[in-house]
Amino acid sequence: MIEVKNITKTYVNGDNETHALRGVSFTIDDGEFVAIMGPSGSGKSTLMHILGALDTPTSGTYHLDKHDVSTLSDDELADIRRNRIGFVFQSFNLLPRATALRNVMLPLIYAEVPEKERIKHAKAALANAGLDEDRYNHMSNQLSGGQIQRVAIARALVNNPALILADEPTGNLDSHTGDIVLGTFQRLNKEYKRTIILITHEREVAEHADRIIYIKDGVIVEDGNSHDKRIISHAKRKE
Amino acid sequence: MTTRDILHETFSALTANKVRTSLTMLGIIIGISSVIIMVAIGQGAQGSIQANIQSLGSNLIEIFPGAQRSFGYGASGGRGNAQTLTPDDATAISTQVANIADVSPEVSGRYQVTAKGTNTNTSVTGVTAAYASVHNVQVNDGNFITDADSKNLSRVAVIGPTTASDLFATGTEPVGQTITIKGMPFKVVGVTVSKGSSGFNNQDDAIYVPLQDAQLFLLGKTTYLSTLSISAVSPDVMTQVQADITSLLLQRHNISDPTAADFNVLNQASIVSAASSVTGTFTILLAAVAGISLVVGGIGIMNMMLTTVTERTREIGLRKAIGAKRHDINVQFITEAVALTVIGGAIGVLLGWGASYTVTALGILQASISMSSVLLAFGVSAAIGIVFGYYPARRASRLNPIEALRYE
Repeated sequence: MIEVKNITKTYVNGDNETHALRGVSFTIDDGEFVAIMGPSGSGKSTLMHILGALDTPTSGTYHLDKHDVSTLSDDELADIRRNRIGFVFQSFNLLPRATALRNVMLPLIYAEVPEKERIKHAKAALANAGLDEDRYNHMSNQLSGGQIQRVAIARALVNNPALILADEPTGNLDSHTGDIVLGTFQRLNKEYKRTIILITHEREVAEHADRIIYIKDGVIVEDGNSHDKRIISHAKRKE
Repeated sequence: MTTRDILHETFSALTANKVRTSLTMLGIIIGISSVIIMVAIGQGAQGSIQANIQSLGSNLIEIFPGAQRSFGYGASGGRGNAQTLTPDDATAISTQVANIADVSPEVSGRYQVTAKGTNTNTSVTGVTAAYASVHNVQVNDGNFITDADSKNLSRVAVIGPTTASDLFATGTEPVGQTITIKGMPFKVVGVTVSKGSSGFNNQDDAIYVPLQDAQLFLLGKTTYLSTLSISAVSPDVMTQVQADITSLLLQRHNISDPTAADFNVLNQASIVSAASSVTGTFTILLAAVAGISLVVGGIGIMNMMLTTVTERTREIGLRKAIGAKRHDINVQFITEAVALTVIGGAIGVLLGWGASYTVTALGILQASISMSSVLLAFGVSAAIGIVFGYYPARRASRLNPIEALRYE
């Protein structure tokens, strides 16, 4: 469970103060599929970094599974990321010199999971992400965009995280492949009860989630069911 | 991260860009191999110089007469010309000084020597049987001068191999032939084993005759000696023996002021140590030049590692995002640098070894590789990896994951 209370983030650059987040609060329960939506400069990337334990808020608290993440050191944040969070990036970020399987195993290597278990978990994650088995030993530069993103999703799944954070996961994919990837997220959410947070600026992408949090100028403007007409129309208006 | 995983990552990172990896390694290879070769050559030179000096005789102490002092205002005679050393001095030394193996009284001069129709000018030394053991002279063919030869004034001679080839045609057996030294006939009874020449002094071009013969027939009824060579029983007692001889001779010659001594005592150990210190300095100089190339190689490593860190910024960001700690990133990059230098160092050691072996096999110089220089080279290359890998690794480990992931 994710509890965010009155989070602010201020970047100081010389005399300039930029308020990226101005007091954001929400709760996300286990098994929810949430889209955080907003135009560029809205603060959604900053929010994603804090939710992903890549950064800490200037003020406010963030609890992930009862762990207070808002005041941790760099290495403690690394522990949280390794054990509780899975990332899917817009630009995939696979290691080019490694096979699909090796890429998926990477988080387990840092967690010092024994080799046999690593392979078992990685294969299971790749199967869940829907990559064909004959692609497991291909180098990542031999895979198509859709296949690469499946490997990236498998990598996010492999450490059995409390939360999967996907940052514009379809941004570098054509719409057909993008739909397949979003379908994969929906399936992971429905079948495996994964908690998924999708960060996007596209309404069509956000609509794949069950709940949309709309953020603008560092504050939450709307928070509700993605099938709620009011939310959709609001999002449309903002586009 | 387990050690095995670190090695796996290192291998895949180093093989990703083979050309760059091998060029960077080349710097270390050249540095390490030149250090090994230079030290081997230096130590080889030192060894051969020491062997040369040792071949003159082991634990050798030589006594030469000093300058002849004259009374009044006359100039003193040249050093070594004085007639101050006598066979009695030799006897006194051999009976009164401890730790002496042998005493060899000698006289020497250069004379015209002829055989049937051939002619040479060479050094002739009057010796006793002790000469052979004191100066490491071995006879190849026939015998050396015996004590009986000396006592009986038998006109026999032992000649060096160079003198033998100068005087006799190839194929002629020198032993049994007669040579004429300063008009006196001598019968050749032996030819010595070749010792090689050391600089201007060719030990193979020499003639040895009995001491008494030389004093009587060649030098003209003298009883004085031109050299007293003494071998001590071990290198450790050389200083003691030298001091004892000096005080004994001072007392025998009635000289109270040691600076006014009419003889000089030379210790072979001091010659060896002087020569060693020269070659030692030379070795340090060579190693320093080679060491500079090693440092240049290390800077090459650092340069490559910095480039690598920049190129792999996004990869580092990703690794951090999925849970790598600073320590993990640090270890990974330092391991890469150390792997580069250690592999380069190993190849460098092999190359240096090969080059030293070739130099020795071709007979250019006796190069000797010591295990310590190999271990040192290895340690140094690993240390270079750590030193020059430290800064790039630190830079990588401190990257902010958010910025690193955004890096284009």
